[in-house]
Amino acid sequence: MKYFIKRLIQAVPVLFIISFIIFSLVYMAGDPVLLMLPEDAPQEDKQALREALNLDEPFHVQYMTFVGNLMQGQFGKSFTYGQEALPIVLERLPATIELAFAAIFVATIISIPFGIWSATKKDSLGDVFISGGAVLGKAMPNFWLGIMLILLFSVYLGALPVSGRGTIFHLILPAITLGTGIAAQITRLIRSNMLDILHQEYIRTARSKGLKEFLVIYKHALRNSLIPVVTIMALQTSSLIGGAIITETVFSWPGLGQLLIQAINTRDMAIVQASVFVVALLVIMMNLLADVMYRFLDPRINLK
Amino acid sequence: MPSLVNETSNVKSFTTRKRKTLFSQIFKSRTGVLGLFILTLVVLIALLAPFISPHDPAKVDITATLLPPSWVEGGSAEHLLGTDNMGRDLLSRIIYGSQISLLVGISSVVVAGLIGVLIGLVSGYYGGWIDNVLMRIVDAFLSIPNILFTLVILGIFGPSLITLILVIGATNWVNYARIVRSEVLSLKEREFVKAAKTMGVRDFFILFRHLLPNVVSSLSVVSTLSVATTIILEASLSFLGLGIKPPDVSWGGILSDGRDYLATHWWVATFPGLAITITVLGIILVGDWLRDIFDPRSNIQNDI
Amino acid sequence: MNAVDPLLQIEDLKTYFYSGDKVIPSVDGVSFHINKGEIVALVGESGCGKSVTSLSILGLIDSPGKIEGGRILYHDLDLTRLSQKEKLQIRGKEISIIFQEPLAALNPVFTVGYQIQENIMVHERISKKKAKAKAIDLLIKVGIPHPEKVYQNYPHSLSGGMRQRVMIAMALSGNPKLIIADEPTTALDVTIQAQILQLLKEITEQQRTSILFITHDLGVVAEIADRVIVMYAGQVVEQADVYSLFDNPKHPYTKALFNSSPKMDQIDEELTAIEGAVPSPFEKPMGCKFHTRCPYVMGKCKSISPDLEENNGHLVRCWLSTENAKSEVT
Repeated sequence: MKYFIKRLIQAVPVLFIISFIIFSLVYMAGDPVLLMLPEDAPQEDKQALREALNLDEPFHVQYMTFVGNLMQGQFGKSFTYGQEALPIVLERLPATIELAFAAIFVATIISIPFGIWSATKKDSLGDVFISGGAVLGKAMPNFWLGIMLILLFSVYLGALPVSGRGTIFHLILPAITLGTGIAAQITRLIRSNMLDILHQEYIRTARSKGLKEFLVIYKHALRNSLIPVVTIMALQTSSLIGGAIITETVFSWPGLGQLLIQAINTRDMAIVQASVFVVALLVIMMNLLADVMYRFLDPRINLK
Repeated sequence: MPSLVNETSNVKSFTTRKRKTLFSQIFKSRTGVLGLFILTLVVLIALLAPFISPHDPAKVDITATLLPPSWVEGGSAEHLLGTDNMGRDLLSRIIYGSQISLLVGISSVVVAGLIGVLIGLVSGYYGGWIDNVLMRIVDAFLSIPNILFTLVILGIFGPSLITLILVIGATNWVNYARIVRSEVLSLKEREFVKAAKTMGVRDFFILFRHLLPNVVSSLSVVSTLSVATTIILEASLSFLGLGIKPPDVSWGGILSDGRDYLATHWWVATFPGLAITITVLGIILVGDWLRDIFDPRSNIQNDI
Repeated sequence: MNAVDPLLQIEDLKTYFYSGDKVIPSVDGVSFHINKGEIVALVGESGCGKSVTSLSILGLIDSPGKIEGGRILYHDLDLTRLSQKEKLQIRGKEISIIFQEPLAALNPVFTVGYQIQENIMVHERISKKKAKAKAIDLLIKVGIPHPEKVYQNYPHSLSGGMRQRVMIAMALSGNPKLIIADEPTTALDVTIQAQILQLLKEITEQQRTSILFITHDLGVVAEIADRVIVMYAGQVVEQADVYSLFDNPKHPYTKALFNSSPKMDQIDEELTAIEGAVPSPFEKPMGCKFHTRCPYVMGKCKSISPDLEENNGHLVRCWLSTENAKSEVT
């Protein structure tokens, strides 16, 4: 618990640095007033809006105002939606989280049996195929995989919807698209962990008890090899969300990624700032969780 | 003095032995050879693009739009892989696309490497509050997904080849910084560094003459794998319309063009993705092989 | 100690390992037996094949190793010819094993109690609750204080001696007829060592369990064993009851082992290390395997391998004692 609090405190300066990065980016983006008002708006109106938005203040004053607002959850109004940015972003979050969990689910059911199989049958034909497939899975850009899946399952087979969200069928292709890369990585990880663990003495002990080989592998070896996997998965939140952004674009999945791309294209900076901050906060929380989970899952590490 | 002679000859035999095993290991690993073969091929294609490309990649021909590949009914031998919606030769575009992929991939890794190595060296060597501040900045960068970060910056500054390279470099240095830092932390406790310090060797000299050469092997592994990640990142950005702009040709861009014609003209989106996959596959295989040579038990995470 | 009641009989066991196209005969024609209630010590330097012998008994030889010949008779059952299913019924039930390093041999992510309970539940149709009660009884039996509490502990939080007691409890949980103890005290410090040896001795006396005790430490042998088998380079070189062997070691290797281990009554005498090293498993010498390091080496030793010859229940594989025996007869 003490450790957890220490880590929590460490996150505070990180959040400050993130807020600084976000603010600087937008500061450098230039005068938002030119975007918000029509080009032929009178000079006085522009100036009035600038003053209302504190844009004439020096950098550090503007930054302090930004931080103050941020602490109250205010990123300013989105000019495309005409509302506060944060609620719009939070409204899109569940869709992205749904996609992420579905992808992790797909990755897990693929990678655990495959990883174990290729480790227990090392250098067999099956191992060559699985290991080769894992490298291929890492090498494929996920937007291309998504398009190829659409081509196969939607265009040729007509079996699954191309885009949108709603039924479980809508979820299948995006989840596979996002899950493949993760599956490839976990398969490799489980394989190498298992290869190491299968040579441990406690595996020989488990066999010497007369345990069935299935239990030796799936209980004694798997439990040990999953500890680092769970941690690394949580640490991959950042790249998972990164992948989700692209996957959402391919499948028109109405999540955070799609919102963000639109916001970037329309230069809706309030939305951009709010999304980046929400994502960063999410990643930091997941990293903390990874740390705590690792300590929880591995009894060798003392929690006290 | 004879002992000294002896020593140098020992050193010599050690290095030749090392080189010999390195050489034999290239051919021991079949996947390594495959990777090297693919990589060499892609580099040659990129270098020789003007000579081997059958057409001008930008030449529009409205009489020959969306021609299928030559082996499909309706295709012509003139356009081996068919044409896109503007009648441009797909094969030529893919050949020229390799130039951009490799250029962006390698240059941004160089940029990222320079920043990361410098920060890692300083952070690990000086420790204390410098390390603390730098590592919190690293944490902040880690909590914003790479693609998100680059998208936002490119959205603000507008895409161009140079911006793309600089932006990817400026957001991807974190991995290098962490790896160099952790290696420096252990190296600086070693005798030769302590000896250099007590002899009054200047910090600058210690950093670049004693510490840097010792991190080269792990850097080479990480950079190789980073080129793979970066090629995918560039393709993703171009796919989203925020990467390479015409007249430059990028695989991600071709793919994005092809997406609109997916239902009726599968080849436009398929071939560039295949090109990305094969190139990235080659690089990953080389990277994995390098890692096996330098440190068979290393735990460097290569996350895509 | 009646030699007519063998529990386990190993006949001409050959366990080979394969590395590329090379064959490593780790165990090369080993024969011995273990009687009911008897403690037999298997002695030798590391790499002599004593651990491979013990793993062969349980069928725990991993590839690239394989039992290539011989029989291991447990009662009337040849353990080398059992199906996988039959092997599982032997392991942990009829024959169990205690490894050298309990921290490595216990699974770090399960509680020690669970690991004992698991062994019970593999072989007995019994409720979880009863298995747990039995596991706790076993913890009491091996002398663990606060057994209920220790039951919930993970291996890393126990001391080395405690962990080894847990391993012993686990080995006892199936009421085995034979326990293989593979250097069970090597990783422990001296006082704990004595306690663990005492415990093992008590167990055999109470339950008439046999123990195959593998060690390289002759001091431990004197303390615990009824009979001693000395192995060198995959072969048995000497076998005798503990008194004959200590009074009158016959094989030069056994003698060398005595000279290289410290004795209580000879504090100031210098220890002599055995010259040379165990021959590389790839290139075992011709003739007697020990001739490269033997101080009494003769011409014959370099070309012809001596047989294991018996004299008054004392078995030796050495040309020197064969000659001596002959001269005694004539």
